[in-house]
Amino acid sequence: MDYALLIEWTLKSLILLLVLLGGFAYLTLYERKALARIQVRIGPNRAGPWGILQPVADGIKLIFKEEFTPASADKLLFFLAPLITVVPALVIAAVVPWGPPVEIFGRRVTLQVADLNVGVLYVMAIASISVYGIVLAGWASNNKYAMLGGMRSSAQMISYELALGLAFVTAILLADSMQLSEIVAAQRNVWFVVLQPVGAAIFLIATLAEVNRAPFDMPEAEQELTAGYHTEYSGMKFALFFMAEYDKMIVVSALAASLFFGGYWGPGVERFPWLGPVYMAIKVIILLFGMIWVRATLPRIRYDRLMSLGWKVLFPLALAVAFITALGILLEQLWLVPLLSLLAAFLTSLLVTRAIWRKVYA
Amino acid sequence: MTQIQEMTLDEIRHLVSENAIQGETVVLNMGPQHPSTHGVLRLIVELDGEVIVNVIPDIGFLHTGVEKNMEAKTYQKAEVMTDRLDYLNTMGNNLAYVMAIEKLIDLDVPPRAQAIRVILTELQRIASHLVWIGTSALDLAAMSVFLYAFREREMILDIFEMCSGQRMMTTYFRPGGLWRDVPVEFEDAVRNFVRIFPRRVDEYEALLTKNPLFLDRTVGIGKLTREQALQYGVTGPTLRASGVAWDLRKVSPYMGYEQYDFNIPTHTAGDVYARYLVRVQEMRESLKIVQQALAKLPYGPVRSNNRKYVPPPRSEIGVSMEALIHHFKLWTEGFTPPKGAVYSAVESPRGELGVYLESDGSPKPYRVHWRTPSFDNLQVLPILAKGHLIADLVAIIGSIDIVLGDIDR
Repeated sequence: MDYALLIEWTLKSLILLLVLLGGFAYLTLYERKALARIQVRIGPNRAGPWGILQPVADGIKLIFKEEFTPASADKLLFFLAPLITVVPALVIAAVVPWGPPVEIFGRRVTLQVADLNVGVLYVMAIASISVYGIVLAGWASNNKYAMLGGMRSSAQMISYELALGLAFVTAILLADSMQLSEIVAAQRNVWFVVLQPVGAAIFLIATLAEVNRAPFDMPEAEQELTAGYHTEYSGMKFALFFMAEYDKMIVVSALAASLFFGGYWGPGVERFPWLGPVYMAIKVIILLFGMIWVRATLPRIRYDRLMSLGWKVLFPLALAVAFITALGILLEQLWLVPLLSLLAAFLTSLLVTRAIWRKVYA
Repeated sequence: MTQIQEMTLDEIRHLVSENAIQGETVVLNMGPQHPSTHGVLRLIVELDGEVIVNVIPDIGFLHTGVEKNMEAKTYQKAEVMTDRLDYLNTMGNNLAYVMAIEKLIDLDVPPRAQAIRVILTELQRIASHLVWIGTSALDLAAMSVFLYAFREREMILDIFEMCSGQRMMTTYFRPGGLWRDVPVEFEDAVRNFVRIFPRRVDEYEALLTKNPLFLDRTVGIGKLTREQALQYGVTGPTLRASGVAWDLRKVSPYMGYEQYDFNIPTHTAGDVYARYLVRVQEMRESLKIVQQALAKLPYGPVRSNNRKYVPPPRSEIGVSMEALIHHFKLWTEGFTPPKGAVYSAVESPRGELGVYLESDGSPKPYRVHWRTPSFDNLQVLPILAKGHLIADLVAIIGSIDIVLGDIDR
């Protein structure tokens, strides 16, 4: 047994976990600051300079709050649901490559916890588990609002997994591999967002639904369902749901960066491999800002319309895009791929706009 | 452990359908602490999945007894209670009340006071619509509009504070005129607002009017036909969005509204989107009125000279015996209007706001009754919401723009 390998894995997991937990805390601050700037406010600025101690204050507050369990709740499931939600969110990150292989103490170390050869499948499988946590939370709370939130969540999941999966397929086809490190390595010269912009767009939209972010935040739609599935949760149990949502945001942004935005590649990475994680972090922060921006601007889409968007628009479009990608690769005419995909996307948006305007002028 | 008192189905048996009793549909209690019932409205919602079978509004959680309390105060002192009715339309409430008194005792109002009243009530209408556009966009989770709208509302509230010393509870209009003349900065402040505001409305419209997600959430939702609107006594923008051009400022002008050139925006669709369009256009029309009124703001006194009803200016009290006596009598005993009953109504941001005032010849009103628009408009909520999803319910509540202080008075 190679003990050094064991130590390497332990250290990498530990560092990744700490990065995700710290990232969660500071993502909340980042979101609040960014939202505040968009909304002509200042945002948190009391705890520490520029409010940098705000996440600490929030954490302390949540730890000391009473953990309330409703009298008629299903105690075991009520306790388990936050765990089921948060663990997958952390575990997905294992397959994300944060940088090219580097030399540490003469060892060749990959900046990735586990380089699975079916990394993409692993992501799909694990990501779907966390919805169980949400549904169970809704069920176990024995609250009608929470129940509605949980049901919405499962419906949303079914509608978006397919489009998301097909968006994955476009990247897999282009890289000719399901291994995330290979997919990133294949983008050394040209990012997949250039070859397959529509696939990237579908991926970004579907991940918004996947992580329950606005405008797809049905399960917790606070204006409709007070707080949705976590209505009855308080203290650290609530914090775990919150953590799951924000960690998933970080992870899917990292995945989007890896699949379509060239992962850790950037100028100078070949000579200085440690620049890789820096580029990755910058890309993740930019993608996270996109999510926050969308939340600040767009109204929430209605639950039934979300399903029709998933099934009637995104799924056929993703199917067409996957087909176009495969066709381009088969004919060895890669320039066809972005052209035809953009055409398909344009036609789709035209049809959707027409449908909406027909309703307006009805 | 304390006992949990659960609401049994028997208590609401008369309100829900047979299906709910048998457990086919879900009865959901929405409010009074729900984030988007605009105050303390409670709704008993019967749901089939997420589809609304029936909605029963339950009001009374903000009951303050304003009408009854007003009977225990003199006419002048009762006016402060009117601010608390529809707290987004304090100037309009004051106006309705003082107009009723002026009608009762046939008091004339100087033209400058009339013009200032028009400017302030129109600014109040804009402020109220700003709260509405913010909160109803927030109900659809378009959260930034809320803060943009409140930024402009702050400007209006600053103008109110400048005039009356209060941001919301103004009590600025008094029987026979105003409390005092506006300060010198007033005109510049209003002019500044008039200059900035049109661009800001464009900003809200850019975020909402043609946004496909917004259209999807509002078009065809909560339709109110012209007949239904008339049957239920719906007034205000909700009525005008259903295709009836009824606006008291045009139909029976008061405070010199006939001199101003403005339009009554109407739409025929009667849905949430039509109500949105009507209110947004109304903000622009109100701004036109403010502009015109400001341009020809006359000089002169702001209070009637009738000393039996209107207190004398402060400067006279030290030098004139009569003024001192009048002042003393007015603020201790109050004035005594002749016997009789009047009804006077103004167009509030929500519709026809009417006051029925009955005098028995004493310094206190015998009966005050408010015909408040929110109360009548809320009645159509079950009609609007039936068959829609629960997500639409919050959009519909937002679109009829209720203020609970106006409902439970």
